[in-house]
Amino acid sequence: MENLGTIGFSEEQADLMEAATRFCREKSPMDKVRSLMETESGFDESVWDEIAGLGWLGVAIPEDYGGVGLSLAEVAPLAEAMGRSMMAGPFLATTLASQAILSAGTEDQKKELLPKIVEGEVASLALTEASGDWRLDRIDARAERDGDNLVLSGVKRFVSDARAARWVVVSVVHNGKPALALLSGAHLTDENCRREKIIDETKRTYELTLDGMRIPATALLDQDKTPAALVHIDLAANLLASAEMAGAAAACIDYTIDYLQTRKQFGRTIGSFQALKHPTVNAYTAYEQARSHLYAAAHSFGDQGAGEIATRMAKVETLKALTFAADRSIQFHGGFGFTWDCHAQLYRRRAAFHASQFGDEAWHKKRLAELLF
Amino acid sequence: MAAVSDRELSEFAADADAWFAENNPRDPGFMLPLTFMEVGTDEQFDFLRAWQRKVYEAGYLGAAWPSEYGGGGLPQAFQDAATAAMRKHKCPIMLNAIGINWTGPLLLDMGTEEDRHKYIKGILSAEDIWCQGFSEPENGSDLGNAQLKAVREGDEYVLNGSKIWTTQGNYAKYMILLARTNPDAPNKYAGLSFFLAPMNIPGVETRPIRKLTGEFGFTQTFFTDARIPASCLMGEEGQGWLVAMRTLEYERGARAGQAGGYIMTEFDAFQIVDLARRATRAGAPAIEDPVLRDRLVDFVIEAQGLKLCKQRGAIAPLNQERPMGLALSNKVMWTEFIRRLNEFAMTLTGAAGGYYAGDANAVDEGLWARGYLNAFSATIGGGTSEVQRNIVGEHVLGLPKK
Repeated sequence: MENLGTIGFSEEQADLMEAATRFCREKSPMDKVRSLMETESGFDESVWDEIAGLGWLGVAIPEDYGGVGLSLAEVAPLAEAMGRSMMAGPFLATTLASQAILSAGTEDQKKELLPKIVEGEVASLALTEASGDWRLDRIDARAERDGDNLVLSGVKRFVSDARAARWVVVSVVHNGKPALALLSGAHLTDENCRREKIIDETKRTYELTLDGMRIPATALLDQDKTPAALVHIDLAANLLASAEMAGAAAACIDYTIDYLQTRKQFGRTIGSFQALKHPTVNAYTAYEQARSHLYAAAHSFGDQGAGEIATRMAKVETLKALTFAADRSIQFHGGFGFTWDCHAQLYRRRAAFHASQFGDEAWHKKRLAELLF
Repeated sequence: MAAVSDRELSEFAADADAWFAENNPRDPGFMLPLTFMEVGTDEQFDFLRAWQRKVYEAGYLGAAWPSEYGGGGLPQAFQDAATAAMRKHKCPIMLNAIGINWTGPLLLDMGTEEDRHKYIKGILSAEDIWCQGFSEPENGSDLGNAQLKAVREGDEYVLNGSKIWTTQGNYAKYMILLARTNPDAPNKYAGLSFFLAPMNIPGVETRPIRKLTGEFGFTQTFFTDARIPASCLMGEEGQGWLVAMRTLEYERGARAGQAGGYIMTEFDAFQIVDLARRATRAGAPAIEDPVLRDRLVDFVIEAQGLKLCKQRGAIAPLNQERPMGLALSNKVMWTEFIRRLNEFAMTLTGAAGGYYAGDANAVDEGLWARGYLNAFSATIGGGTSEVQRNIVGEHVLGLPKK
């Protein structure tokens, strides 16, 4: 195995990184993050409108469908900046849903839906089920034909921002094979959506009960393209989660350093103690390595073989880096670290959430072993 | 430097590839050192010295150094191509490490015109072997506290004291030497000066140090009323710390300008994957053991991460916040990785892991156990990993020293 991915960075990526870093810093300071955690929707709709206005929902959508015509490589710096500022909102969910439609949608579906999503209509994915299986083609939900309609059954979990979504792409088994189907916002109600209490309280997910739901048969995406689309969604989700975690790790390390530079004990600034200094350096070097993996994954994402390897490596490394940085951040904040008000817990919870979605360290390493050896 | 075309570069690369394919020395019949710190016998030394000379004369070492001093006068990409060819053909290391990687770039950067003319060519040809006199028996990690005395007497300095961990000290013609010229300076750093000192003079004696591997490669060097010309002083008196720090940047790979080639055999994590295919566990290849597979993946990921960090170091927009971060972290990340990699490889071989280099039954000639023990030279030398973490913590992250 020679090509494990290479790193590269385009001018577009640099421009977007700069713009997004500035935007997120301004729109999502930590007190704002904290106040949005207490709201029902969990995000600020006016900021969402601005994001749409900036064109960020169309970065990886072809111009024919109203997008900018770049790729997920250019979405990565946006997700990184949002992760860094812990910005809440359905950006990841909407981006991934639009990727699903782009990969498996019919031409009509793409023409109809993608321009709307680019303009700011929230979209999401309903993939996970009670089994918690990270293999996206292990599906228990069903879609049975009934005249011109499909009747759905089953329960989906961890559906991001379902109550804000105008569109949800749901995975089901249809005619014995995996399929993706489109639900419109009208199908999502207070009755069939239950807000889940999740470890990352800056995010919103819902349990979605499909039983008895009727949708037109035309809501089915192209079933022949579905297997490839599920693979694409899996990798895209891991790429963007990696970006979010790399950003969060940088913020977490800065947050820890700030405390180590100011807190005094035994007459010394505590950052001068090597017992705290050296692990903080270890967190930092782990972060830098993880970030290198992230931008290799972004750069190589479209390459057959190398894209998958680089993306899984990025997920493993960003997850490890954020987990360690946040774990030590809680510890190094001492008594304050044990309180609700210390932000370190938010970063640790973010890592735990991403470990639970689309594969944890052991999962990706097992797959990497198959790819590498 | 003249503009050169892509075609010239690709022709140069093809020539280099053919040259190393043809000239890569065959098995000398004895074990070659894996790093420049492991040159323990005269036959190893003679062999590697001849090899470096041959590479230099073919134009594949110092290709990007100025031609007026003995370099090739070409853009860096040419040397990089030659180094890549060496690597591809798994050629032996370059011997004169302190010369080509530390002293040479330092002279091109801060040296006088006269010194460059005097030293550069001999560095590249391995005619003049260089060693480094920084650490002292009582001052290792605390380099700034170096106590070897250099007292000015007329046109000379008189040296008294001792240096330790002098790589190739017994072969060296010159030493880059950090010495104390002013014991009464306002702080310990200000009393230091930097010398380009001859070794083959009365009053300089070297004594080999036996390493934890049982082999040699370093000396302790004793100076007893050794007199060197005052012109050996580099920079001004009292600037020694500044020059030494610049030297360490070259040594740790934090600054570019080295002559090329490599001074340590480079590990590819896939070498241990290959080893895991050959080793067995309960009648099956070790690579099928799920626990070992998981650890192998860790090493491949980490090796790839370090390689990517090197690539990322050259991409400015991806290094904006802490521009020196990757460069200053490089040493601790790499050396710790290599040590752990060798340690893991040693355990992969099962019962054969009990053999040491020299036994006929040892796997890969006992390379892994020996490599593991030798790997400590890099995590301790050139500033221990602990000192490196202080440097990163204080200079990159801004954590307080006290």
